[in-house]
Amino acid sequence: MSDALEVLDQVGKWKADGKGVAVATVIVTWGSSPRPVGSQLGVDDAGNMVGSVSGGCIEGAVVKEALDAIKDGKPRLLDFGVTDEQAWDVGLACGGKVQVFVEKVN
Amino acid sequence: MKTETLAALQEARTKRRAVTLATRLSDAAEALVYRDDARGELSGDAAIVAAAQRAMDIGKSETIDVGGAKIFLNVYVPPPRLIIVGAVHIAQSLAPMAAMLEFDVTVVDPRGAWATTQRFPGVKVIQDWADEAFQAMGLDSSTAIVTLTHDPKLDDPALESALKSDVFYVGALGSRRTHAKRKERLAEVGITEEMFARVHGPVGLNIGAKSPAEIAVSILGQIIEVRARRLEALSAPKVAAA
Repeated sequence: MSDALEVLDQVGKWKADGKGVAVATVIVTWGSSPRPVGSQLGVDDAGNMVGSVSGGCIEGAVVKEALDAIKDGKPRLLDFGVTDEQAWDVGLACGGKVQVFVEKVN
Repeated sequence: MKTETLAALQEARTKRRAVTLATRLSDAAEALVYRDDARGELSGDAAIVAAAQRAMDIGKSETIDVGGAKIFLNVYVPPPRLIIVGAVHIAQSLAPMAAMLEFDVTVVDPRGAWATTQRFPGVKVIQDWADEAFQAMGLDSSTAIVTLTHDPKLDDPALESALKSDVFYVGALGSRRTHAKRKERLAEVGITEEMFARVHGPVGLNIGAKSPAEIAVSILGQIIEVRARRLEALSAPKVAAA
């Protein structure tokens, strides 16, 4: 929880500096996913990150969607699910699944 | 998320006020739901507000379905707080361990020689009487209090204030004999037997702890247990009243 508040602090600073900012939040998890529901990742328009929504594996894809959300202002719902075989490649070694909501800070 | 929402979440944390942010996933419409108040576009929906308040009670974020719309409830509860009364040797182990467990830690002791930031690096230290410090800080249901001084004139007022509040844990260092005497003294200031039963004393889990660090572990183990059981009880399905 203190984690999530650190994210909001940084997001607030970026916003105060006039940057475009988006927030990604884990909203559903299945199985043994690395980060609990409510975990957040803040992204600025230069692709800088704060916080996490996984052990580091899906952040790249989430940042890309966050940059798009900053541009078009539309919220996004992303699904990440991996089989045990794929798990090592994308980094969700546990084989968990997560759903992530991405929205621009207006 | 709106910039005002961000500011409201930060303010709630500063004031140690629990809040749930409800977001409709289709269009990012929001409501900020407090225990006694709700604001934002979705705040007129009674079902959302009720679900958000329940999520806050059990401290669990989740996605719910309201009339076919998916609503994400993100719960922001203040971090649990540990107030240690007595800037003593055990406190020097207990404070950093509790901070590692993400407790918001404050050490209170009116004795200037003890309550120093050198003895407690990185932890809030208040040089004051416990009851007065409590009043300034505001006790709440996510606060735990442990008294460690052994000195009735320091511990008793702290326990009296703690037991008249809704803190989730009260622990007091001292033997069974000390604890029995404490009960008699507190009865004189209006602490009933039922109220006194909330005090964990002798403090901590019975793991044969001897050193200050071991005692700190036994105290924190007990606090973790009490907190977990309470959250479990809150999240259990409610039995309908007759």
